[in-house]
This record gives sequence, C-alpha cells and structure tokens, in this order.
Amino acid sequence: MHDGGKILTGLAVFLVLALLPFWHNAVGGTAAAPQPKIVTQEKECVAPRETIRSTHMELLNTWRDTVVREGTRTYMDARGKTVNMSLTNTCLSCHPNKKEFCDACHNYLAVSPYCWQCHVEKKESA
Amino acid sequence: MRIVLALVAVGVLAGIAWAGGQSPAMQAFLAIVAPYVAIAVFVVGIGARVIGWARSAVPFRIPTTCGQERSLSFIRFSPLDNPSSSLGAVGRMALEVLTFRSLFRNTRAELKPGGRLVYSSDKWLWAGALLFHYSFLAVFLRHYRFFVEPVPKVIAVLQGLDGFFQVGVPVFFLTSFGLIAGLGYLLARRLVDARMRYLSLPADYFPLFLLLGIALTGIGMRHLWKVDIVRVKELAIGLVNFHPAVPQGVGPLFYVHLFLVSALLAYFPFSKLVHMAGVFLSPTRNLANNNRAVRHLNPWNPPIVGHTYAEWEEEFHDKMKAAGLPLDRE
Ligand code: HEC
Ligand code: HEC
Ligand code: HEC
Ligand code: HEM
Repeated sequence: MHDGGKILTGLAVFLVLALLPFWHNAVGGTAAAPQPKIVTQEKECVAPRETIRSTHMELLNTWRDTVVREGTRTYMDARGKTVNMSLTNTCLSCHPNKKEFCDACHNYLAVSPYCWQCHVEKKESA
Repeated sequence: MRIVLALVAVGVLAGIAWAGGQSPAMQAFLAIVAPYVAIAVFVVGIGARVIGWARSAVPFRIPTTCGQERSLSFIRFSPLDNPSSSLGAVGRMALEVLTFRSLFRNTRAELKPGGRLVYSSDKWLWAGALLFHYSFLAVFLRHYRFFVEPVPKVIAVLQGLDGFFQVGVPVFFLTSFGLIAGLGYLLARRLVDARMRYLSLPADYFPLFLLLGIALTGIGMRHLWKVDIVRVKELAIGLVNFHPAVPQGVGPLFYVHLFLVSALLAYFPFSKLVHMAGVFLSPTRNLANNNRAVRHLNPWNPPIVGHTYAEWEEEFHDKMKAAGLPLDRE
C-alpha cells in the first residue's frame, strides 16, 4: 500500500469523527431524560398533554400575535375554560417552577427561548 | 425518465417509512434496525473503498496541475498549485477541501451566433456547492444536540448564531434555508440546461432528491408538523448507548426523516457521494509534484530476467560442442 501509514491515519480519524456520539457517550456517560415537575393542583394543561408537549411554542406564538395584533386576551382552552393569554400570568401561574419545568426540557435540547429578555419570570417559591 | 426514476425511488423510501411509522413492528425496524445497519454499512463501506483505492499503484506524481512546477531558481513556481513538498500538498488539499478551489475554475462553453465558441468563467456552481456543503455541515453539527447530554457549549453557540435573526417560534435556522437553496440550485442546474439534462443520470438526481427529502421533512418537523423532540433525543441517546427503545408518540414524519437518513448513509459508500473520502485520495491533489527531483519507480514494471552469454553457452554446451563450435569455457 502506497503511503499506507498516512491513509490508515486518515481512516482512524474518520472512524473517530463518524462515530463520535458513540465515543462521547461511552466516555462521558449520559444524564437521564428530563422529568419536568408539575407543581399545580390542576389536573390538565391548556391543551392535552401530547399536544402541549410538542406545540406549546406555537401556541405561545399564536397567543402573542393575537394579543399584540388583535388586542384579544381571552382564549378558550381544551378544557373548555377561558384563560388569559399570557406567558407570565397564565403558563407560569400553573408552572411557576420555570427552572425545574420549562428549563428542564429546554436545557436537555439546548433550546434557549429569548422570551425572558422581556417577560418576567415568577419568583420561585422554594 | 431518469429524473422520474430517482424521484420514484425516494418516494418509495419515504412511503415505506410513512406507512411503517404507524405500525409498532415497523417502528422498531425504522427506529432501531435500519439506523444501526446504515451506520455499519457506512463505516465499513467507506473503509473498504479507501483501502481499495490505497492498494492501487502510484507509478509517479501526476504533473497535470494548474501552476508552474518548481525547477530552476529564477523561474517563479506556484507552491500551492504545483507544490514540490508535502507541506505544499497539504496546503493545496486544505484549499481544495475547504474552499473547493478546483470548482472555482469552472468554465462554461457557449456557442454564440455565427458558430463562435466562447468560454467564460462560471462561478455559480462553486458558490452553490459552497452554500450547500457548509449549510449541510452546520445542520449536521447542530444535530449533535440529539446525541449527547449535556449538549456541548460549541453546539449551543453554533445554534445561537444560526438562529441569530430570531425569525418565528421556534426560530428558523439560516442553514436550513441554505441547505434547501443550495440543493435547489444544484437540482435546477441539471434541469434548465439541455446539455446538463443530457448528462444527468438517475445516480445524479437520486442523492439530490434524497437530501431534499431529508431537509424538507426536517424543516417540516420543526416548523409545521411538530414532533416531540424530547422523545427523539431519548431514542438517539438510546441508539448511541446500545439500549434503544422505540419512542412513543413521535409522528410518522420523524420516521420518514430518519429512514431517508439511513438510506443516505447506506447508499453513501456505493455512490458518487464517496467523493467525501475520495477527495483526500485524489492523486492530482494530494501528491507533491517532485517527478524531476525524485526518482519514482514504476511498481508494475516486470522484473527484468537476464540471460548472460555464459548461461546460454551452458544451456547449449553439448550441442555446440557436437557442432564443433568454439566455446569460451574450454
Ligand atoms: C391550569 C393550569 C395550567 C396552565 C394555565 C398551563 N398548564 Fe401546562 N400543564 C398543567 C398540568 C396539570 C400539566 C400536566 C398534564 C398531564 O400530565 O396530563 C401540564 C403539562 C404541561 C406540559 C407537558 C409536560 C410533560 O412533562 O409532558 C407542558 C410543556 C406545559 N404544560 C406547558 C404549558 C405552557 C407553555 C402553558 C402556557 C401556554 C401552560 N402549560 C399552561 C397545567 C397548566
Ligand atoms: C422585545 C421584548 C419581548 C420579547 C423578546 C418577547 N416579548 Fe412577548 N411581549 C412583549 C410585549 C411588549 C408584549 C405586550 C404586553 C401586553 O400588551 O400585555 C408581549 C406580549 C406577549 C404575549 C401576550 C401577553 C402576555 O401577557 O404574555 C405573549 C403570549 C408573548 N408575548 C409571548 C412571547 C414569547 C413566547 C416570546 C419568546 C419567543 C416573547 N413573547 C418574547 C415583549 C417581548
Ligand atoms: C416536555 C418538555 C418541555 C417543557 C416542559 C417545556 N418546553 Fe418549551 N420547548 C420544548 C422543546 C423540545 C422545544 C424546541 C422545539 C423545537 O425545536 O422544535 C421548546 C421550545 C420552546 C419555545 C421556542 C423556543 C425557540 O426559540 O425555539 C418556547 C418559547 C418555549 N418552548 C416555551 C416554554 C415555556 C414557557 C415552558 C414552561 C411553561 C416550556 N416551554 C416548557 C420542550 C419543553
Ligand atoms: C444527514 C443527516 C441529516 C440531515 C441533513 C438532516 C436535516 C435536517 C434539517 C435541515 C432539519 C431542519 C431544522 C434544522 O435545520 O435543524 C432537521 C430537523 C430535525 N432532524 Fe434532521 N437531519 C439529519 C439527520 C437526523 C437524524 C439522524 C435524526 C435523529 C435523531 C434527525 C432528527 C431531526 C429532528 C427531530 C428534527 C426537528 C428539529 C426541531 O424540531 O428542532 N435528523 N433535520
């Protein structure tokens, strides 16, 4: 094999890079999936669990547009109750533990919503 | 016809995954078996291809390069286009891999009225290829967040830069758009020009459609038909730790995305896409041009078997003697 040493080195580098997630997990170990903690007494969210998990950002976006552009602030949720369309006053009234709830999932996927640059987080009640 | 063939092939793959994504037995195949098989085929396949290339003979350095070779001290030579040392060859390789230098020299030939053939510089292919490859790289690196926990800081930073303009919720990534735009250009390039259409084979269209399918399903999952990506990450982490479990409640679109990616990986070593590995073994790029400075022996020259007069005389000794011919040895 001509230049065998160099080519085999290149192949070794390829193996390291192509399978990096495998090595990374073998060496670094992994944390378990996030368990967002529900602290409210309520039984249901503003949408069924499966829906809210994957689409809460779209819901928030719709709320924002509705409030800011149309001035409407009430929303009929999946439970048939009307709620005030508000990030801090509604979502965080049932989920005041932002760090253990919202952030638990978001950190897991390196999502960092910029909303909190303007919107107020509730003071965490211990 | 050739384009239809490629489109149908990708459509069938996507259809299998879409239908399979709805039945539990098929989900296990799509989420666990197919990715493992694909990764194995990819890694072993690329390795085998590279070793195959490495075993071919290298009789001498190919001097067909784009610059003046190093010779006499008063003739200026181009150290990057026609390097005489290994360091120069590394530089040429780096420029080729990182900036697609040889595509930069792309020209187009046009027949002007009156039968005049005009060659002009054509940088579109170079620009489109750069856009596509770097977007792909960024998308690929960003996906690393699905596979490790905690997510490395660099990946988070890359993601932040990529979503810098904060358009939409969740934010739209520039490179998602770059990927589609790049692929769109590469496809359009083959379609608008009759000569390019004539030259294009199913093997040219298939990877483009496959990648477009992957990119469109990915963007679809992020912006239109949301899937629960916390569960996707649980699957991905399970896969790389060898205890995978079929995720509950992720839509069929995710299975289409994943299966097309698996198909891409498995197809990679056998297709033109191996240029990813092949570029590093291109003799016109990776060998310093030192033909005049160093002697290169042709490895497939047959061994020269000599037959001296003394041996010949030995062989015909008796006959020569019988014929009365003079012999050296006597
Ligand atoms: C009335 C109280 C209430 C309000 C208001 C509320 N939630 Fe919930 N939320 C809950 C409850 C209770 C659950 C658990 C539901 C279950 O387990 O079925 C939940 C679940 C969730 C989950 C899924 C967590 C998991 O582990 O699967 C998300 C995400 C979520 N909520 C986000 C939001 C967002 C975003 C808002 C504001 C748009 C909001 N919630 C408003 C009570 C609320
Ligand atoms: C630049 C500052 C800023 C940022 C960043 C921002 N918002 Fe807002 N948001 C506002 C302002 C101002 C209003 C109007 C408040 C009002 O009229 O009550 C508003 C209103 C809203 C409302 C309805 C009113 C309420 O009480 O919540 C929602 C929902 C909302 N934003 C969601 C979001 C989400 C989700 C994000 C992140 C993706 C976000 N916002 C980021 C400034 C901001
Ligand atoms: C079950 C896990 C989970 C919980 C709990 C959760 N989120 Fe999310 N959230 C996600 C995921 C995953 C994404 C990214 C979605 C994507 O990229 O498709 C996200 C994205 C978002 C985004 C869009 C961010 C962006 O810029 O891309 C906003 C805004 C958001 N979440 C708000 C909230 C708020 C507010 C809460 C708490 C009330 C919350 N989320 C709780 C999983 C969760
Ligand atoms: C060649 C490999 C791949 C390519 C080119 C690709 C491409 C894309 C693109 C362009 C997006 C749009 C959003 C973005 O730019 O991040 C996307 C999203 C996504 N991809 Fe991939 N993908 C690949 C592999 C994978 C694999 C192996 C998985 C499985 C873990 C996966 C899971 C996802 C998910 C879950 C989303 C949605 C992300 C979100 O909602 O934020 N992809 N993909």
